[in-house]
Amino acid sequence: MVTLTIDGREIQADEGETLLKAAQKANILIPQLCSNEELEPYGACRLCVVEITHKNRTRIVASCIYEVAEGLEVNTRSERVLNVRKLVIELLLARNPRHPSLLKIAEDLGVKKSRFEAEIKGCILCGQCIRTCREVVGVSAIGYEGRGINKRVATPFEESPPDCIACGSCHFVCPVDVIPMKEKEGVRNIWKTDFPLHKCESCGRYFAPVKQLEYLKEKYNLPPEQFLKCTHCR
Amino acid sequence: MKKIKTLEQLEQFRKDSQAKRDPKKTVISICVGTGCLALGAEKVAAALKEEIQSQGLVSKVALDSIKETGCPGFCERGPILVIYPEKTCYLGVTVEDVPEIVSKTIANNEVIERLVYKDPDTKKRVVKDSEIPFYKKQQRYLLGNNNFIDSKSIEDYISLGGYSALAKVLSVMKSEEVIQEVIDADLRGRGGGGFPAGWKWHSTRNAEGDPKYVICNADEGDPGAFMDRALLEGNPHSVLEGMIIGAYAIGSNEGYIYVRNEYPLAVTNATLALDQARELGFLGENILGSGFGFDIKIMRGGGAFVCGESSALFASLEGRSGEPRAKYIHATDKGLWDKPTNLNNVETWANVPLIINKGAKWYTGIGTEGSKGTKIFSLVGKINNTGLVEVPMGITLREIIYDIGGGIPDGKKFKAVQTGGPSGGCIPEAHLDTPVDFDELTKLGSMMGSGGMIVMDENNCMVDVANYFLKFLEEESCGKCTPCREGILQMRKILDRITSGEGKEEDLDTLEWMGQAIIDGSLCALGGAAPNPVITTMRYFLDEYEAHIREKKCPAGVCKALIRFSIVPENCNGCHLCARICPVEAAKGVKKEVHTIDDDICIKCRACYEVCKFDAIKIT
Repeated sequence: MVTLTIDGREIQADEGETLLKAAQKANILIPQLCSNEELEPYGACRLCVVEITHKNRTRIVASCIYEVAEGLEVNTRSERVLNVRKLVIELLLARNPRHPSLLKIAEDLGVKKSRFEAEIKGCILCGQCIRTCREVVGVSAIGYEGRGINKRVATPFEESPPDCIACGSCHFVCPVDVIPMKEKEGVRNIWKTDFPLHKCESCGRYFAPVKQLEYLKEKYNLPPEQFLKCTHCR
Repeated sequence: MKKIKTLEQLEQFRKDSQAKRDPKKTVISICVGTGCLALGAEKVAAALKEEIQSQGLVSKVALDSIKETGCPGFCERGPILVIYPEKTCYLGVTVEDVPEIVSKTIANNEVIERLVYKDPDTKKRVVKDSEIPFYKKQQRYLLGNNNFIDSKSIEDYISLGGYSALAKVLSVMKSEEVIQEVIDADLRGRGGGGFPAGWKWHSTRNAEGDPKYVICNADEGDPGAFMDRALLEGNPHSVLEGMIIGAYAIGSNEGYIYVRNEYPLAVTNATLALDQARELGFLGENILGSGFGFDIKIMRGGGAFVCGESSALFASLEGRSGEPRAKYIHATDKGLWDKPTNLNNVETWANVPLIINKGAKWYTGIGTEGSKGTKIFSLVGKINNTGLVEVPMGITLREIIYDIGGGIPDGKKFKAVQTGGPSGGCIPEAHLDTPVDFDELTKLGSMMGSGGMIVMDENNCMVDVANYFLKFLEEESCGKCTPCREGILQMRKILDRITSGEGKEEDLDTLEWMGQAIIDGSLCALGGAAPNPVITTMRYFLDEYEAHIREKKCPAGVCKALIRFSIVPENCNGCHLCARICPVEAAKGVKKEVHTIDDDICIKCRACYEVCKFDAIKIT
């Protein structure tokens, strides 16, 4: 255990824990959009920055990556910190002016509207979809394309993603709901590709993409019978 | 060539190589670095060989005495040819000059006046290269050998003392002593960061993890910078020797040179140098019988500017896209493949053999309190002597620009010098007497960077300059973190507005505010320094920003939306040149009568302004 101070409060935290985690455990709210406890720290959105003072040196770090240290002094609401957060949310609002999760963060920061010219893209490039696909699902069906302002989430060569199992994790994890997924008549459509769904032997309900069931069968070496019925009827 | 297995064999090899170099015999060195190549140096070299044969002078100048060398630095006047032992230096040599050079200078020691340097002030001819003002104030410890080494010959390098530092290290120095020597020399990283190299080595040596990697960063990407290219092209073994010494000190057996693929000659020469070093036994198992083994691979980068950033470079080496990661854990602990990694820039590595051979005490005799040794700068932009200059730390910007660089062309007035590459800053006239040193440049809001130095004159608009650098960084941002990716874009859009006459008073506050927030909030040093060109130009040239916003004027006459071209009737003699060159027929008139420019059609291309010999076109 290490002892550190966050906003004047003395806090105990586990070694190796990030500042963001330590703050969350102490009910200190730090906004963030790219961090997810199921994923490796990434540090891209920069909303979670905090000001730290260690050995007489003050600097701004991303709390989702920076690890706790003995005697660390953390300020989550200094002027420099709030300036970075205001800048980041205004910049993200220029990409996506309407999503409630962004508007809520803006409101909390006292930002009424973005002063920047609209650069509507929808996606805020938090990378949660790509990282979930790689780190949690384990297939890496999608990735980044391009760099800088032209960077975007894409399937390989803009074609139907050959490795996608249509699990929908990217759709569910997206904080700004810009990855569409639809289901109709036994078919799930995601990444502009149709994936047939499997019908439950018992109740007749479509319950999962065929490709996802095949992937799980192979990955966990499970008997085929396991996947004939939906979880309710099993 | 036979493998050199002992120190004695190395010394014998050196003696044999030196015996082949008779200092009294004629040797011709011709630069075939990228700059001179572009100016036709290869053809000149070929013509020279042919001409010497056809004039029957092979007995005087053996064909292998025509050395195709790396860059001697005076790129403005290439192709450069130096004839030894007289040191006759010919500039701007063309294939047509070759027969005369051979028949007069080589056959009869006669100097061809038109090919030697002519001092623009005194009009005096200068025959020897070392006496040309461009070279006089330089101290060329790193670049100096470029003239004397065929960049594809390891024998040349060895005959000039090459690999003697490695021999010294392997025979009489412990790893710790090598590191201590580099710490004592106070060698600071030449890639831009200025971190003490010796301490970096020390941390990597003491870090837990195996293997340990040693990397040479040759991903030089600043616009207008070519210091590292010249070293790697011209004297690749000096870089290799530094790396091998570093690897021995750190305890590494595996190294990489990460070089951008847009440097084909550097890739070729470095690859060849690696093969030669391997063949002679400076790389591989049991180097010079010491028991120490080390080898280096070349990795070619795709040219993304951000891959010069250490963690992005590691990602690229690992086969992933070049995205930086947070550096709260140092590369010396977890770098390439999460193993302890020591990354230094080309120029830093090239300094190492020098320090080992001459000693830390000698090395610290050059430079200032906080910055030791020399630094290579690529001096470009509005400067008479474009090229590479190697100067002792502590020399003033004024000395570099005026004494070495020969000042500003066409009698124009100096306005600013940009140091530190795209994320550096613009320094105005008032600070020209600042000594060039890591800390002094930082105090001015700029930085040493890797050594790019772009000179600007009165015809450069500083808002436009800031916009140019932002545009570069906008395209080169990896796009991972929000402040860099979106912030630079929005800053650039504001500057676009200002330069097109739509700037608002509050834009200045917004730029200042977001500049600081981008510096604070960005993930890596690219974003963390990206607002510098805007911040420094606002700091030193605020009046230009205000003129654009308040008066809708571009004082330097650059920003197209804010300027108009017109004829000064009293100066116009109707020569019709402007009308002939105007691509849109905006400039017109009857010959020998005063002409006019139709503002509605004019596309502001400046062609008329440049072509007019009578100052009859003004920009307002």
